Amino acid sequence: MATAAQAYDRTDTAGQDAYERAFDAAVAADERIEPRDWMPDAYRATLVRQIAQHAHSEIIGMQPEANWITRAPSLRRKAILMAKVQDEAGHGLYLYSAAETLGTGRDELLDKLHSGRQKYSSIFNYPTLTWADVGAIGWLVDGAAITNQVPLCRCSYGPYARAMVRICKEESFHQRQGYELLLALSNGTPEQHAMAQDAVDRWWWPSLMMFGPPDDESSHSAQSMAWKIKRHSNDELRQRFVDICVPQAESLGLTLPDPDLKWNEERGQHDFGPIDWTEFWDVLKGNGPCNEQRITQRRRAHEEGAWVREAAAAYAAKHGNGTGEQQA
Amino acid sequence: MTADMTLDATTRTAALALGDDALVLSHRLGEWAGHAPVLEEEVALANIALDLLGQARVLLSMVGDEDELAYLREERAFRNLQLVEQPNGDFAHTIARQLYFSTYQHLLYAELAAAEGPFAPLAAKAVKEVAYHRDHAEQWTLRLGDGTDESRERMRRACGALWRFTGEMFQPVAGLDVDGTALEAAWLASVTAVLDRATLPVPEGPRTGAWAAGAGRQGLHTESFGRMLAEMQHLHRSHPGASW
Repeated sequence: MATAAQAYDRTDTAGQDAYERAFDAAVAADERIEPRDWMPDAYRATLVRQIAQHAHSEIIGMQPEANWITRAPSLRRKAILMAKVQDEAGHGLYLYSAAETLGTGRDELLDKLHSGRQKYSSIFNYPTLTWADVGAIGWLVDGAAITNQVPLCRCSYGPYARAMVRICKEESFHQRQGYELLLALSNGTPEQHAMAQDAVDRWWWPSLMMFGPPDDESSHSAQSMAWKIKRHSNDELRQRFVDICVPQAESLGLTLPDPDLKWNEERGQHDFGPIDWTEFWDVLKGNGPCNEQRITQRRRAHEEGAWVREAAAAYAAKHGNGTGEQQA
Repeated sequence: MTADMTLDATTRTAALALGDDALVLSHRLGEWAGHAPVLEEEVALANIALDLLGQARVLLSMVGDEDELAYLREERAFRNLQLVEQPNGDFAHTIARQLYFSTYQHLLYAELAAAEGPFAPLAAKAVKEVAYHRDHAEQWTLRLGDGTDESRERMRRACGALWRFTGEMFQPVAGLDVDGTALEAAWLASVTAVLDRATLPVPEGPRTGAWAAGAGRQGLHTESFGRMLAEMQHLHRSHPGASW
């Protein structure tokens, strides 16, 4: 609980400046803002937007991986993949709950997702074409997500920061599983090795785009940094990710599809080639290979499930137990 | 993993039957991922699927290599009940299938856990998982049966459609020392009580038929099962001898 910020009495307009100062002081002192603390409307709105987009990414992100559950090539891999997709549903649950602490419920956020008013990570608009894509998603996509999300464990908003602690632990488990899957393929038959290389070739650049546009084109970054919702710039995180991946690719015996990728002695970091931002903006606008498919499946699952949710609500109304959502 | 050769042939046949039930139902439940009616059900259905897959791996490993058995057998060599291979249908069909099967599996595993046979260790652990599966199915049966007019009608139809696959569960299985008649009576009492509470009629049709009696256990399956296996096995079979 932020010691300086207290429960806000909205009738006390004279005290508002004092609340704002208390909020600023709490953020400056690296204290956590909690649901009942006063916070600027724009801070609340930014958090709801960001947490919702993150929650939506978790549940849309189930689709490309679930695409391989029924074809997983061994029972061990099938169990790992099912558990992973289940974790993503669980992350969606924590994150929608974190958003709820800011006064916006899950139904409202799902409506916004389904009607296209809120977005999810563009990475999930790429298709999973082979089994190796499951590994590439784990290694690269979850790896990029962790690089983005670890700093969020120190985010100024308490419920979000705490949700991220648990999510990051599970994500790093997924990342290792993805790496291990690719390692098995890379060391397997020539066909398996080629499958792994092809997947890395397709997922590398979209993974770099996950950090968002370059710093000078990022519309929300400056304010989020000031509020300590965000701790590092997009370009900083992207660089960190590239530097982590290069030696891992070498250990995997796979190459990264960038002829300009090389160690820069002077900077102590890797240089890498230009990112195709036209593709990034195009996918964001809805023209990626799977945008239509992902949102259609999500809407269909929701619409086809309406009668089930209605039944649960009707039963709860008759019997006065159950919430209509949380069963058994 | 190699087969436990200390087990006799009938025990291994029984392990195959129980293992295939768990494997096939787990696969069907896995098909729900990304399609469930509410986020909590994504978690719950995956959880049940994972429990069943865990059981399947233990049981199949009593017989031989789990992956060879899952991925390289032809349809006619599978010994699962026809009930568990039935397509998911709507959520009501999935719940009805789960109610029928979990009730059976819970009674069976409780009995196997209490006996001192080769299945006791597995059954002792699994019976706790299955108690949750059964409870989940019961809670949803109540909500769908006693929810809205639409849910009631869907659940009534689903319970009726799957009824004819339930007799097979009580056919004798070599290597399983259980009293099928007593098991069936207990199952009927339990399922009837849940349906009553859910204000649903107990289906009236036959529970065994020319094709139904013991058919899955003898390797006779329904049409959709071959397609399910084609999907499940294709990648593994496309790379003979590969490790994953």
